[in-house]
Amino acid sequence: MGLNKSDMTLLIVVAILALGAPFILNPFPVDSGMAQFNAGYPDLMQRFVIFGILAIGFNILFGLTGYLSFGHAAFLGVGSYAAVWMFKLLSYNVLPAIALSVVVAGLFSVLIGYVSLRRSGIYFSILTLAFAQMSFALAYSVLSNPKFNLTNGETGLQVYAGDPQIFHREGLPDVPHLFGIAMRDNFLELKMGGWEFTFNNGYYLCAIIMLVVFYLAIRLFRSPFGLMLRAVKSNQNRLNYTGLNPKPYTLAAFIISGMYAGLAGGLLASMDPLAGAERMQWTASGEIVLMTILGGAGTLIGPVLGAGFIKYFENIFSKINDNVLHQWFAFMPDGMEDFMVFIVHPFVGKGWHLTLGILFMLVVTFLPGGLVEGGQRIANLFRNRGKKKGDDDSYKPDPEHHPKETPHVAE
Amino acid sequence: MGILEVKGVNKRFGGLQALGDVNLSVEENIVHAIIGPNGAGKSTLLNCLVGKLIPDTGSVTFDGQSVLGRTPYEINQMGISRVFQTPEIFGDLTVFENMVIPAFAKRDGSFRMHAIESVAAEKDICMKAEQMLVEVNMQDKIQMHAASLSRGDKRRLEMAMCLLQEPRLLLLDEPTAGMARADTNNTIDLLKEIKEQRDITICIIEHDMHVVFSLADRITVLAQGTPLVEDSPENIRGNPKVREAYLGEAA
Ligand SMILES: Nc1ncnc2c1ncn2[C@@H]1O[C@H](COP(=O)(O)OP(=O)(O)O)[C@@H](O)[C@H]1O
Ligand SMILES: [Mg+2]
Repeated sequence: MGLNKSDMTLLIVVAILALGAPFILNPFPVDSGMAQFNAGYPDLMQRFVIFGILAIGFNILFGLTGYLSFGHAAFLGVGSYAAVWMFKLLSYNVLPAIALSVVVAGLFSVLIGYVSLRRSGIYFSILTLAFAQMSFALAYSVLSNPKFNLTNGETGLQVYAGDPQIFHREGLPDVPHLFGIAMRDNFLELKMGGWEFTFNNGYYLCAIIMLVVFYLAIRLFRSPFGLMLRAVKSNQNRLNYTGLNPKPYTLAAFIISGMYAGLAGGLLASMDPLAGAERMQWTASGEIVLMTILGGAGTLIGPVLGAGFIKYFENIFSKINDNVLHQWFAFMPDGMEDFMVFIVHPFVGKGWHLTLGILFMLVVTFLPGGLVEGGQRIANLFRNRGKKKGDDDSYKPDPEHHPKETPHVAE
Repeated sequence: MGILEVKGVNKRFGGLQALGDVNLSVEENIVHAIIGPNGAGKSTLLNCLVGKLIPDTGSVTFDGQSVLGRTPYEINQMGISRVFQTPEIFGDLTVFENMVIPAFAKRDGSFRMHAIESVAAEKDICMKAEQMLVEVNMQDKIQMHAASLSRGDKRRLEMAMCLLQEPRLLLLDEPTAGMARADTNNTIDLLKEIKEQRDITICIIEHDMHVVFSLADRITVLAQGTPLVEDSPENIRGNPKVREAYLGEAA
């Protein structure tokens, strides 16, 4: 496969986690009190891998070249719109939809990248942010009027009964499908004792695509091209005086990264055939940045972990309401119970952003290398146990970006 | 005609005439030193040769082709490599990766999209990089982070990166500035070796007279942005004008 041993190990571990996710993410029996922490349902698992793809792509730009795009959600949105248009015009088959979403996002990023990359540092970030907000405004209102309705504005773009769907035939499902296999259907639902495991078509399509693009990202990281991107981040001046033009390298990274985002957008629409402008908003762009930094920018597995981590919080913590809290603290005396609920309340439910913010601050402060660095520290701790005291147990940034697997099962 | 020809170059920074009517001809395969007191315009002149600055008037040709209006990477691809006053290397990368990059630049030009095969699969490039590291005696530091090298080693690495490209003209801006005596002597030895073993023209800006007189075949003295004299080291040593403008001050 053209990978060295440690990369191969990483890929295999990720493959096992991704393909076994329906088991791994559902460790609690359905009727136990812990069941709400289960993440092994199709909708959330799809999000894990789709946002994983998004973060892998973002990391090719930000992690390698250091160019911080603050408008990456625009490509996600563009990908979704392109996919839904394919559903409307051709058929519900996801293949052309996904292909077009990658192509359109690629073209879009040529344009935005070409202009934004005339500046670097904070100015680059602001330019990408401005472009993304313009795209949002275009999608939200400008490109949605009775004469020319490309985005269907506030309602969001979706498939209606009157749409052409020229390749739609009798017998094909009326939802996104891959040659007749409906994305939202499950091909297997296992009940074992108190446990339930769901195997969803859409999830497995996303997971396989994620593994393919993850593999490609590893190859890119190890290639001369990847090396040049890291050189751009390290010292552009030296690169220039070494006879290399940083511009096309950064632009290529930007486009590749935009295509990853477009792919993620296409997959989102393939799981749920709806594209809305809010997918392009700056908060969505910010979330991508958070994922990558939280997981560990510049590492291979970090962004995937970060994406899983944030999506888990978003979905699980936001569901904990006061009723659930009262159940948790029911064993306490009444006054105490109310007090605990009062304390915890701001951090869960709608307040999950608060918890995420605190976690993010803690990680950035104490683990600048993100979750991957945390994993490495734990691994070092175990490795050094048994060795003599005084051995070198300090964390060293890994020059080759060989992150060790972490115990987080966020994939 | 020399390999590098500078004719009638002027450069102003606001009210300051940094270079005034500079004419310079650098012969092929010699070491040509440019000396002069601080602020004489040596770095400015060098920046005009590599595309960092564009002179207000005058021409700069390398091997018969004008370099004016070209970008630094284009000029490098023409065969001019440059060592900076403070070493410019890829600090976040390993010594080996630092060496591989110029090797790719030499083979593939200023941009090539090779994103699938790994660096390690490029056997020729890797071998070239390793050989050069052996030549400059840094093979034991091959996996070190470049940023963690000593200053002397950073300079050595930067020079090795330039040499790997087999440039026809190597420009050095005060390569021994701020170095300890031992490091300075190492650098002199390294440059002497380079000069003997390769067909290369070296143009060196230097403050340290010991370095200049150990290496140079030809010396140009720059004062207040204008060349004062150009001569052999022996004659420069005895020239009273030079003593007054520069050596007297240094002694
Ligand atoms: N970018 C610049 N802008 C304004 N003045 C400059 C600039 N670069 C150099 N100078 C001025 O030009 C003169 C020559 O500088 P420089 O070429 O660095 O001298 P040297 O390298 O011989 O010490 C100095 O007076 C310096 O202050
Ligand atoms: Mg200077």
